[in-house]
Amino acid sequence: MEIPYTVAERPDTGLNNGKIGIWLFLASEVMLFGALFATYLMMRTGAVTWPRGDSILNVPLATLNTVVLISSSVTMVMAWASLKRNNFAKFRLFQGLTVLAGFGFLTIKYIEYSHKFELGLFPSTNTFLAIYFTLTGLHGLHVIGGMAINAYLWGPGSKLWKTDPEHFTNRVENSGLFWHFVDLVWIFLFPVLYLL
Amino acid sequence: MATTELAPAHAGAAHDHEHAEHPELGFWRKYVFSTDHKVIGIQYAVTGLLFLLFGFCLVMLMRWQLAFPGRALPLIGKLFGEARMPGGSMLPEFYNELGAMHGTIMVFLGVVPLAVGGFGNFVLPLQIGAPDMAFPKINMASYWSYFLGGITMLGSFFVPGGAAQSGWTSYAPLSVIAGEGQTIWLIGMIFLITSSLLGSINFIVTTVQLRAKGLSYFRLPFFCWAQLVTSFLLLLAFPPLEAAGILQLMDRLAGSSFFMPSGLVVSGQALAYTGGGNPILWQHLFWFLAHPEVYVLILPAFGIVAEVVANNTRKPLFGYKIMVYSLWFLGFMSFVVWAHHMFFTGMGTTMATFFQTTTMIISIPSVALLTSLLISLWGGSIRFTTPMLFALAFLPMFGIGGLTGLPLGLSAADIPLHDTYYVIGHFHYVVAPGTLFALFAGIYYWYPKATGRMMSEKLGKVHFWPSLIFINGIFMPMFIQGLAGVSRRLYDGGASYDFAKEVTHWNVFMSMSAWGLALAQIPFIINFFWSIKHGKKVGDNPWQATTLEWVAPSPPPHGNFLTPPEVYRGPYEYSVPGHPTDYTPQFQLEQKAS
Repeated sequence: MEIPYTVAERPDTGLNNGKIGIWLFLASEVMLFGALFATYLMMRTGAVTWPRGDSILNVPLATLNTVVLISSSVTMVMAWASLKRNNFAKFRLFQGLTVLAGFGFLTIKYIEYSHKFELGLFPSTNTFLAIYFTLTGLHGLHVIGGMAINAYLWGPGSKLWKTDPEHFTNRVENSGLFWHFVDLVWIFLFPVLYLL
Repeated sequence: MATTELAPAHAGAAHDHEHAEHPELGFWRKYVFSTDHKVIGIQYAVTGLLFLLFGFCLVMLMRWQLAFPGRALPLIGKLFGEARMPGGSMLPEFYNELGAMHGTIMVFLGVVPLAVGGFGNFVLPLQIGAPDMAFPKINMASYWSYFLGGITMLGSFFVPGGAAQSGWTSYAPLSVIAGEGQTIWLIGMIFLITSSLLGSINFIVTTVQLRAKGLSYFRLPFFCWAQLVTSFLLLLAFPPLEAAGILQLMDRLAGSSFFMPSGLVVSGQALAYTGGGNPILWQHLFWFLAHPEVYVLILPAFGIVAEVVANNTRKPLFGYKIMVYSLWFLGFMSFVVWAHHMFFTGMGTTMATFFQTTTMIISIPSVALLTSLLISLWGGSIRFTTPMLFALAFLPMFGIGGLTGLPLGLSAADIPLHDTYYVIGHFHYVVAPGTLFALFAGIYYWYPKATGRMMSEKLGKVHFWPSLIFINGIFMPMFIQGLAGVSRRLYDGGASYDFAKEVTHWNVFMSMSAWGLALAQIPFIINFFWSIKHGKKVGDNPWQATTLEWVAPSPPPHGNFLTPPEVYRGPYEYSVPGHPTDYTPQFQLEQKAS
């Protein structure tokens, strides 16, 4: 017996297995980042003084990063839509752009981090920097994870397109959901850490 | 007259173990790196049982020190080396190590992997009529992540300074300034959290998507419901602990101060932390996981007991729907009671009132579950099989554990009791004679499905009765000591306190009971291995049960069912009037003669 509903949708739930799986995974991710945002709140409300984000952090670079990451979400959707329209060449283009945008984001983040380290600002300096490095560091790890999956689907993983295009399209959709989530976390991180 | 006819699904009863579509796999793929849910389930169960035994050995060492403080442990005492037991008598640091690792191993490496990873993996897909889990490769990854976590935890005994010593709760700031073992503990926990995350996603998707034709939600066996709710708890409660673990790693490795308050002085030395952190934050994040975790420990046990009780009373469960609703309500409420573990931290009365209220509310569905199971016995023609004995013992044992918890849920009563042996007695009644007995019931009950052979009933009874007596001998005196005010954190069992003199003699009694309990497990171990080859051979449905796992061959082949099963009725149709047998399986199609 084969495992049912790996590609086709189960009639009464209207979903395939992978789609439910990725949403459940995202639910647990919400709890993970939720706990860290709660930590941010506890640190900030318990502190005697709390610096404004823009007095320590580089707001223009972070704004640029926001633009880069949102653009990558757009290209991610375009990649999936290209597959839906049976245009594999366009998928390669947009998926490649998504991965490149991830690289761009990490490069800018690297510039930010190394500048902080040059100034002698570390997680041990104060709790603001501690939560800044923890949240952005964990988010950075998620970006790397998302890029790895997207790069796999761009390269060796795309062989599946030839044998089972629908299954492959679903995979791109699910990795896209994860990528949008990573984007969304940044949309929260940016104002909380840099602007407030 | 109603005539019965086997459903097409059951018609191929002549067992044909050959499966053309599944070529024979090599040894490594079949038994070690298997993606088959049954093999993974057995891997989880056996590893979990080994860790339970190991965790039990740790506590037996502690019980020597508690019964005979400072006295050299004969025979094996010297084996632990001068750094831990000089001359064979235990150092306090080693006692702390044993305590922390006993808790960690029992909860995260023993009970949960056996109850969820073992029984869930093996039984759930069979009960819903699925060929396997929804994501078999992720399932394998879940087991191996658990295995790595276990190895990491065991390895931490060998780092300089030994394993974690800050309790299984790892309270900050003690854990932040503790030795290397704590870092290894945190890394091990991250493996275990990953494992349970992968497992829980798999369980939920499998239950939602792979139910057999006709198996609507309210035809699910209660065990499946229990596993489903448990999976949601694991999915949503573990990430905050992962967050807490990351924060503690940051504190330990990057020198941040999430859990380090300002101006902390240890042994007359000001610490090199900038401070500004909050040690209570660790407790919040920890208990936000660990309270739902309590229900992760107990709900699968309820699931197993419900199956065994319905099967051995030969009648439907009383209040099946009420039990299902209670389960969901319990699952939901378990996320809003966590701070009742923290009344001691001096939280305000407003906060305390909130958590007292939610705690009293959560006891209602627990009582509903237990009462339903109790009433299920009423009027049944009970078969006192070994699984049933364990299931029956579960009911009063869990009852004692639950009722002694009520005073702990009220701030005023909790404060004098919280740091005493009363608490140890309370939660061990829930988990040890409670959950563990249910797990034993499950092993005896599903063993014939996994192997095609029964475990010996005689040895089963030799296992059950001494276990029941000894386990009460361990935990009942803890209530006496606790009410007398003996602290649960003492390395000499209270010998250095005058007020404890009246009750310290119980320490020897409890330790003897613990060692007796260990001896009582020998018949089980013999039975477990002996029956693989020599147990009584039985058919597919030795217990005359109604649920779907019993239509599959024993042991089920890769892919489980010979033909896709179909479901025509609810899970517990026992003793249906007018039916020729006292059980009507879910897969049996009944046709009325026109």
